[in-house]
Amino acid sequence: MNKIAVIGDKDSILGFKSLGLDVFFTLNAKDTAENIVKCAHENYSVIFITEQAAAEVKSTIDKYKAVPFPAIILIPNNKGTLGIGLASISENVEKAVGADIFSGKEGDK
Amino acid sequence: MAMLRVNPTRMELTRLKKRLSVAVRGHKLLKDKRDEMIRQFIELVRQNRTLRLEVEKLLQEAESNFVLSRAVMGEEALDEALMYPSRSIELEIYSKSIMSVDVPVLTYKEEAAGKNPYGFIATTSELDVSIQNLSNVFSRMLELAELEKTISLLADEIEKTRRRVNALEYVMIPQIEETIKYIKMKLDENERASTTRLLRMKDIIADA
Repeated sequence: MNKIAVIGDKDSILGFKSLGLDVFFTLNAKDTAENIVKCAHENYSVIFITEQAAAEVKSTIDKYKAVPFPAIILIPNNKGTLGIGLASISENVEKAVGADIFSGKEGDK
Repeated sequence: MAMLRVNPTRMELTRLKKRLSVAVRGHKLLKDKRDEMIRQFIELVRQNRTLRLEVEKLLQEAESNFVLSRAVMGEEALDEALMYPSRSIELEIYSKSIMSVDVPVLTYKEEAAGKNPYGFIATTSELDVSIQNLSNVFSRMLELAELEKTISLLADEIEKTRRRVNALEYVMIPQIEETIKYIKMKLDENERASTTRLLRMKDIIADA
């Protein structure tokens, strides 16, 4: 339970390999979903995934939301952020409190 | 409001009164738990928001640097340079409890054999810089991972607790109160009935 995986397109995440993380390159949604499931089975405790890849496999990621591990964390890729990561924070707030009480701040952006 | 289906007896009444006091106490405790969890949750969400914005910005910089170095060096050379990473990261996981929700605490140890896994001839200085950037941002990324997982677990637990509080407040407690009232009225009614019966009997006996 002490491994970290990075999933995404090659250009964005190749650099993480030099830090000693395990990187998995994916090209399409099927690949990505398979890699996530594989990582979860192989006891990776943290999975970083690019937002671009994550956007296509939302249902697979949602499956791992309620369990302690693996923690799936969205990161932007080199083309910029899609705002999915921030949106998921608001989603959690809405779930817990019943309304997105930070939405005022979001409106400022 | 629906009532519980029970026999209107004294035994049932005491039983229900006990249940009511337990329900009220449970409701108060759960409500306190919910309020405290929400307070902590809000604090964490604030942190999460700033941390995420920061990490996203840093990561994008590091990644676009990396793309530049790839463009300069060419793909094969870069693959070769990064084929065998010299560092490895050992992740350690503890769990800590926030209002009896187990949340992960992540720390890591870095084992660096050498500074970079590649020689200086075939690689550019952009690569050095971008890898340096990435390793700087990595500790913040782990913090983010820890925080986001904590928040999503906490959100789940808050939702559950809130549902329980509401079920107690709006269903269980009114139901029990209603039933207690019903039994009391029924018992009183029985008592009045027997009193009048006795009075009537007394009259009949006196007339005879």
